[in-house]
Amino acid sequence: MRSPLSPEMATQEVPLNETLAHLKTESETLKLKLEEERAKLHDVELHQVAEKVEGLGQFVMKTRRTLKGHGNKVLCMDWCKDKRRIVSSSQDGKVIVWDAFTTNKEHAVTMPCTWVMACAYAPSGCAVACGGLDNKCSVYPLSLDKNENLAAKKKSVAMHTNYLSACSFTNSDMQILTSSGDGTCALWDVESGQLLQSFHGHAADVLCLDLAPSETGNTFVSGGCDKKANVWDMRSGQCIQSFETHESDINSVRYYPSGDAFASGSDDATCRLYDLRADREVAIYSKESIIFGVSSVDFSLSGRLLFGGYNDYTINVWDVLKGTRVSILFGHENRVSTLRVSPDGTAFCTGSWDHTLRVWILMC
Amino acid sequence: MSSSSSIVAMKKVVQQLRYEASINRVKVSQAAAELQQFCMNNATQDPLLTGMSSSTNPFRPQKVCSFL
Repeated sequence: MRSPLSPEMATQEVPLNETLAHLKTESETLKLKLEEERAKLHDVELHQVAEKVEGLGQFVMKTRRTLKGHGNKVLCMDWCKDKRRIVSSSQDGKVIVWDAFTTNKEHAVTMPCTWVMACAYAPSGCAVACGGLDNKCSVYPLSLDKNENLAAKKKSVAMHTNYLSACSFTNSDMQILTSSGDGTCALWDVESGQLLQSFHGHAADVLCLDLAPSETGNTFVSGGCDKKANVWDMRSGQCIQSFETHESDINSVRYYPSGDAFASGSDDATCRLYDLRADREVAIYSKESIIFGVSSVDFSLSGRLLFGGYNDYTINVWDVLKGTRVSILFGHENRVSTLRVSPDGTAFCTGSWDHTLRVWILMC
Repeated sequence: MSSSSSIVAMKKVVQQLRYEASINRVKVSQAAAELQQFCMNNATQDPLLTGMSSSTNPFRPQKVCSFL
């Protein structure tokens, strides 16, 4: 278990040297020191440690459900905790709630904007949040009455100064975490719409975020167009760790199930694994033949498999420990834009610019 | 004035770097071993890794009824 670092450590100090030149020198010195400290502990590669682990055999995964109904590119999806409902959002401004077992549409909302880039299911299953080019995150309570107009009960929660790229409820329906093209992340109270904490540090659009599993405490990771992945303390707003090894925008970040690491997917066509206690990148998942960007990543329940949705329409499945690809999946007819494993790990769902969502399982 | 705001910005950068430089780190060998152990401990509970029989998998193919 990692103990969170105390932010107070940074402020008890020797006075900072006043001139710009001195500060720049100190900044360069500290960056070098950081690199040295990280390098000292780099005694082995993850795949070397995993050499003795049995390799994975042939993986056959197939689409078992196809959800059709969006009129344009699917941009985002999220599972309900009940492991069967899914919310998805699209370029055409529609947000749809599906029963993935039956493929029936249970709710549909038309947003006042196009490009709804973010959507999330509330932990209770009683509401969904979404937003995009409207620069907001809105919450819609889901009614049992199919005839009720969902848009009438809409609650505007978050306000950014640029597009909403991602949103997630925290452990309850009461708070939402957002990331935005305005370069910030923010934590909001759903009931009052009040800004509880803002997170500044990215130098460009923030594209994605993921909350740490609840056992590991109040942190989250974000990824952005500045090629950085930042880990934040939700209470203080402080950036506690930062990783910059990708060569292009980071489109997706996802915690390893134990909370001790996270994976990222980037326009540089690689996925990477960063360990939080070693404070460094510990694996790169790439192949010369893979040249298109990764839009979304997620782990299987044990953390052994990493699923990546790519802009070349495929899904690549990686052995997290050995660093090798175990499967490539075809089916979508355009970019895979979003991918999530179901809460009980029985399936994963992908959304695509081909207007559909697919639910995949392992065939055995 | 632009030079004093640059100084304020640089102070923040230096403060952040001091903070990041001071954290405790573990060796990759130890961190990797723990990642691996977590995988091993949870492998049998991972349906996308070790599979589920089709009778218990909720996404088994939708059965089509036929009259015999």
